Amino acid sequence: MMQTEEFQPRIVAFVCNWCTYIAADAAGVARARYSPNVRLIRTMCSGRVDPQFVLGAFEKGADGVLLCGCHPRDCHYSVGNYKALRRYKLLKKMLSQMGFEDDRFRLEWISASEAEKFRKVVEDMTERVRRLGPFKPNGSSTPNGGK
Amino acid sequence: MTNEEARIGVYVCDCGFNIAGVVNVPQVVGYARGLKGVVICREYKYMCSSPGQESIQKDIQDLNLNRVVVASCSPHLHEATFRRAAEQAGMNPFLVHMVNIREHVSWVTKDKKEATEKAKSLIAAGVARVVRHSPLERRQVPVRSDVLIIGGGIAGIQAALTAADAGRHVYLVEREPSIGGHMAKFDKTFPTLDCAACILTPKMTAVKNHPDITLLSYSEVVAVDGYVGNFKVKVKRKPRYVDETKCVGCFECIEECVYKTAKFPSEFELGLGMRKPIYIPFPQAIPLVAVIDPETCIEFKTRQCKKTCVAACGDRGAIDFNQKEATVDLEVGAIIVSTGFHVFDAARMTNYGYGVLPGVYHALEVERLAASNGPTGGEIVLRDGRKPAAVGIVHCVGSRDEHYNPYCSKVCCMYSLKLAHLVKERTGAEVYNFYIDMRTPGKGYEEFYHRLLAENLHLVRGKVAEVTRIAEAAKEEGKLVIVAEDTLLGGIRRVPVDMVILSVAMEPQPDREEVRRMLNMSCSSEGFFLEKHPKLAPVSTMSDGIFIAGACQGPKDIPETVAQAGAAAAEAIALTSKGFITLEPNLAYIEEQLCSGCQVCIPLCPYDAIELDREKMVARISDVLCKGCGVCVAACPSGAAAQRMFEDDQIMLELAGVLSR
Repeated sequence: MMQTEEFQPRIVAFVCNWCTYIAADAAGVARARYSPNVRLIRTMCSGRVDPQFVLGAFEKGADGVLLCGCHPRDCHYSVGNYKALRRYKLLKKMLSQMGFEDDRFRLEWISASEAEKFRKVVEDMTERVRRLGPFKPNGSSTPNGGK
Repeated sequence: MTNEEARIGVYVCDCGFNIAGVVNVPQVVGYARGLKGVVICREYKYMCSSPGQESIQKDIQDLNLNRVVVASCSPHLHEATFRRAAEQAGMNPFLVHMVNIREHVSWVTKDKKEATEKAKSLIAAGVARVVRHSPLERRQVPVRSDVLIIGGGIAGIQAALTAADAGRHVYLVEREPSIGGHMAKFDKTFPTLDCAACILTPKMTAVKNHPDITLLSYSEVVAVDGYVGNFKVKVKRKPRYVDETKCVGCFECIEECVYKTAKFPSEFELGLGMRKPIYIPFPQAIPLVAVIDPETCIEFKTRQCKKTCVAACGDRGAIDFNQKEATVDLEVGAIIVSTGFHVFDAARMTNYGYGVLPGVYHALEVERLAASNGPTGGEIVLRDGRKPAAVGIVHCVGSRDEHYNPYCSKVCCMYSLKLAHLVKERTGAEVYNFYIDMRTPGKGYEEFYHRLLAENLHLVRGKVAEVTRIAEAAKEEGKLVIVAEDTLLGGIRRVPVDMVILSVAMEPQPDREEVRRMLNMSCSSEGFFLEKHPKLAPVSTMSDGIFIAGACQGPKDIPETVAQAGAAAAEAIALTSKGFITLEPNLAYIEEQLCSGCQVCIPLCPYDAIELDREKMVARISDVLCKGCGVCVAACPSGAAAQRMFEDDQIMLELAGVLSR
């Protein structure tokens, strides 16, 4: 998949206000460098992320979607992240049945102090989605992908 | 407002070079001017400054703006600033949206072109979203004025006295039988060599005598519920087997205990001194009330003790072998966490021989030896009673070491110098301090270091490799040999001594995870509680109404701890002084026409805030109980549940915006 210009995937990250958004702020304060492909959308809790948002992101042109929240037992709203986890699992199953590659949608727990983990996840996600190539709805998005 | 045409002002901050050094701001401004609904877009050096805010206010009035987007730093830093500015200019504050192009763009993106493109997409998203914002009202909720303080060390004591002097009723919870914390164990404090007890004991007594402080010693907070201004707290009171209201602290029961000599290691004396099954941890303890340890008390073990203690107590009848654990429920408006630190376990560094070589002590143990109320009455002597002729003090044990704690514990250089002084004063021994760097920043601290130099202290610059009793020369026979590379001389040194003092690190408390979860706080990577902002909100946490003070936030000395405790008390007083607080309006609500009454949302709510209106067969969300997580909104199959500030259409438009470029 050598291309003259490297493919720049567009990735949306839904992050909770209390953990991952703060981690992203902390990554900024630490001047951690990471690729600009991931764009954050803040919700109060990962449990606010409606599966429709994820589908909407793909529909509007995202090549990957990242869902981030507080670690288990750390949710600011005590259990919102568990609801996010449940929805993630169901949605993941549905997306896979629809032919989405595994790496296009990912859930990560990133606490407020894990700026470095945030950076790593962003870099890793970008790299994985870059390898998959652009997401094309209605069918497989890569020559060998999908099925 | 939705029918009204959007007139948006976009303000892009340079933040000096912080943003403008990476993001091509003029280009971004040009781009933003072309976005739908944007009436004006300005660049300014510091949007948060008064002229920056005034330019927004002027535009709101002159250009009839009805929406504002500020592209600058994190909303966690300045959202309140810009909302307030808009409000002063007559605009509803919730028609302002912040776009984070500093922490999330300029500070993390190397390539200037990429950073500029990312900034554009985030601004496009903000502009798209803000059109759907509606004017909202903040909620006002009543605030309880009482304050809970967890941890009765010097931080908790100081905070309690300050808050109580301001007229708050304070509940001070301490898990040990007495307040005082680590400071109560010290002999002297640096750099003034004040006697620790002389400056701490009056404050402890003031806590006991203050009419507005309820001291709950030998107790632990086990559950915290509710929210800012209205916390519901459960405190477990461990049984002392001595009635606090009847005991007068006369020590007679202890003297008359069937154990004629104290033979159980005293927790307060770190095992260097002994206590009886019935004891008072130290003579200045507050409350001055005896405690019975059921693990060692014969009455608890056999139920056949002569109970001489009961006889000694006589008519007072304070001893109660049937006392049970009790739970106290409190309702408070603010919580100050001052749970302190944990001393690094020196045995983890096996090369220093702690726990194996009897002549190796950690610093807190030597504090007890030096203390006049300690097990040796202030004599710094070895376990066999000998006075040491040579003493080595090893700095940075567990600090500045990637195998243990990478951070500097901040106080060890100073307390090592203090101990060096005390050892010389009490024993006349030769004292060798082994340090990596001598760190003495603070008022009077460098001067103290120079004072010690004049006392003929031997300073060896180098990290100690090991402490061994294997002698390689006659003068090392029967001694502990400290082996270190002297990096100033450029060679290995072997220094024979009689006593080794390990200057151990300050670590986070072992139960920090439970405490953090109970209070909904975060820890920084090394495990100390995380402040809301390291500079601008150093005693606040991400949980409103919960403040932190002292070494639970990071290693610090007594003056800093006291200052922070005062700050935390002031924050708690400020929070609880108006009688009410305003909360964000980001609540969930139900559009009744859309609700089918399916009740999917009801069991999902973590706060039991949703109930079914049986007459209308629709869900109803309580404004008082809802905390605005939005879990119910994401679950509603008919789109009846919605959340203010995070409406579905706002998020979908934001999504389209970030993907527009």
